[in-house]
Amino acid sequence: MSTYRIRRAGESRSFPVAHPFLDLATTDGAGIVLVGKEAGAAYGALMAVDDAAFVAIELGVECLGVHAGEAADERRNNVVGFARFRLGSAEPSRLVELVRQPWTREEAVAAARAAFEAADLVVAVCNDFPGRIVDRLVRPYYNAVLRRHDEKLASAEEIDKTLCLGLGYPEGPLALLERTGLAAHYEVTQALYLSLGDAAYAPARRAQIAHQRAMAG
Amino acid sequence: MTDIRTVGVAGAGTMGAGIAIVAARAGFATRVYDTRQAALDNARAQTEGFLRKSVERGKLKAEQFERAMANWQGTTRLEDLADCDIVIEAVFEDLGVKHGLFAQLDKICASQTIFASNTSTISITEIAGGSGRVDRFVGMHFCLPAQLMKLVEMSPGLNTSDETWRRAWAFCEALGQQPVRTQDTPGFILNYFLIPYNNDAIRLVEQGVAEPAEIDKAIKTALGYPMGPLELLDLVGMDTQRLLCDAMYGLTHELRASCPPLVKRMIAAGHLGKKTGRGFHRYGDSKMFGA
Ligand SMILES: NC(=O)c1ccc[n+]([C@@H]2O[C@H](COP(=O)([O-])OP(=O)(O)OC[C@H]3O[C@@H](n4cnc5c(N)ncnc54)[C@H](O)[C@@H]3O)[C@@H](O)[C@H]2O)c1
Repeated sequence: MSTYRIRRAGESRSFPVAHPFLDLATTDGAGIVLVGKEAGAAYGALMAVDDAAFVAIELGVECLGVHAGEAADERRNNVVGFARFRLGSAEPSRLVELVRQPWTREEAVAAARAAFEAADLVVAVCNDFPGRIVDRLVRPYYNAVLRRHDEKLASAEEIDKTLCLGLGYPEGPLALLERTGLAAHYEVTQALYLSLGDAAYAPARRAQIAHQRAMAG
Repeated sequence: MTDIRTVGVAGAGTMGAGIAIVAARAGFATRVYDTRQAALDNARAQTEGFLRKSVERGKLKAEQFERAMANWQGTTRLEDLADCDIVIEAVFEDLGVKHGLFAQLDKICASQTIFASNTSTISITEIAGGSGRVDRFVGMHFCLPAQLMKLVEMSPGLNTSDETWRRAWAFCEALGQQPVRTQDTPGFILNYFLIPYNNDAIRLVEQGVAEPAEIDKAIKTALGYPMGPLELLDLVGMDTQRLLCDAMYGLTHELRASCPPLVKRMIAAGHLGKKTGRGFHRYGDSKMFGA
C-alpha cells in the first residue's frame, strides 16, 4: 500500500473532477502528489522533499527536468512527473504516463506507480522526453492524416473507415480530432515541434486554421 | 448487383489463397492459378481447413462449405482463366512479373474482363500500363488475412473507366467485403499511415523513451487500440517491415518511412518477431497469428 498526500496547485488537466485517486489520499501519506497547472512551482516551494517516499509533479507538455532540475546539485532520486493522457476536450483516459529521470530510484517509481494503480489507473513508465509516449507517437500520425486528407487521398469517412477496419481502432483519427478539438491538437504538436525540431510535428494546415480561429475568438 | 460470375485469382500464395477463399465462399466460380502446383495444393488445403473451422464455429452452413469447395478450382494453365469476368492478381511484388502475367491474360480473356491487382506498393496506373487494357484495370488491395479482414482499398488508375470502376466496386460488395476508395498513391491509405507510425514507435525504443511493453500499454490504454505498435510489428515481422519501408521510402522519400537501424540489427540478431519467438517481446511458442 502506497500512501500519499495531495497538494492542489491550480486547475488540473489530469484530475479535473472527483476521482478515486483524489479520494484515496491521506493527510499523512508517505508520498506527495502535486496536482494542477502550477504543480511545478509548488514543487519549488516544497520543504523536506527528501523525506517523502516519492514526489509526483503533474506535467503539461513540458519535461520533468524543467521543474525537478537536472544539474548535479539539483538531482533528487525520489521525484517523478505524471500526466493522465487526454486528447483536447475529451475526458482524461485511464493512462498515467509516469516520467522518471536517470537518477530516479526504483523504489520511488514503484511507490508512485502503486498509488496510481490503486485508483484503477494504468501506468506506463517513460524517460523524460518531450511528448512522453503517446503524444510523441500520435501527433506526427495525426498531422499526416490531416495533410493527406487535405490532399484528397480519400474522403474523411473513408480514411477513418480504413483505419478502423484495418487496425481495429474504436474511432477514426479524423473524427477523433474533430470531436476533441483541432486547436488542442495544434497546441500540443506545436510545442513538440519547437522542442524536437522535427517537421513531422509541425501542425497540419487544418490545425493551424483551427488555432488561428480560436485565437481570434 | 454484380454482373460478375466467374473470378480468376492469379498467384496462390499468402494473399491469393485468402482472396480465393473470399470469392468461393461468396458463391463465385473461382479459378485459382499459380505456376507452382505445390502452391495450389497448399492453398486448397488451407481453404478446406479454414472453411471447415467456419462450419464448426457456426459461421458457415455445411451446404455452403460444399458449394464453396466446389466453386474453388486450381490450375497451372493460364488458359483456364479464359472465361473469368474479373482476374485478381496476387503474384510476386514485381512490376515485370505482373506485366508479363497481364500481357498473357489480355490475349486469353474476353475484352470486357476486368483486371485487378492486389499490389501493396506498385502504382496501379503503372501495372495497368503493361496490361493491354488500361481502362479496364483497378487496384483491389485486400488485407492479411483476406478471409477474415473485410477491408479492401480500391483505387482507380489514371485511365480506369467509370464503367470498370462501378463494376469492380459492385463486385467487391458482392464478395461481402467493405471497399473504400483511395487514390493510386504509394501505400494507399493503410500502409501510407501505418508504416511510418510503426517506424516512429521503433524510434522511441531506439532513443530510450520507454520500454516496448510500456509503449504498447500506453497506446492501448490511451486510444483503445486493440494492439500496441510493437506487438503489431512482432506479427508483421522485422523482415517484412524492412521490405515495406524500403518500398515506401523509395517511392515517397519521406523520412518517417525510412527503415530505422534497429530493424536491421534485429534482423541480424534473428529477432524477427513472433515467428522466431522474439522481436520486441518474447514469445513462449512461435505459432503464427491466426494458426
Ligand atoms: N503479404 C501481405 O501481407 C500482403 C498484403 C496485401 C497485398 N499484398 C500483395 O499481394 C501480392 C502477393 O503477395 P503474397 O504475400 O501473397 O506473396 P507470396 O509470395 O506468398 O505469393 C505469391 C504467389 O504467386 C505465385 N507466382 C509468382 N509469379 C507468378 C506468375 N507469373 N504466375 C502465377 N503465379 C505466380 C508464386 O508461386 C506464389 O505462390 C503482392 O503484390 C503483395 O504486394 C501482400
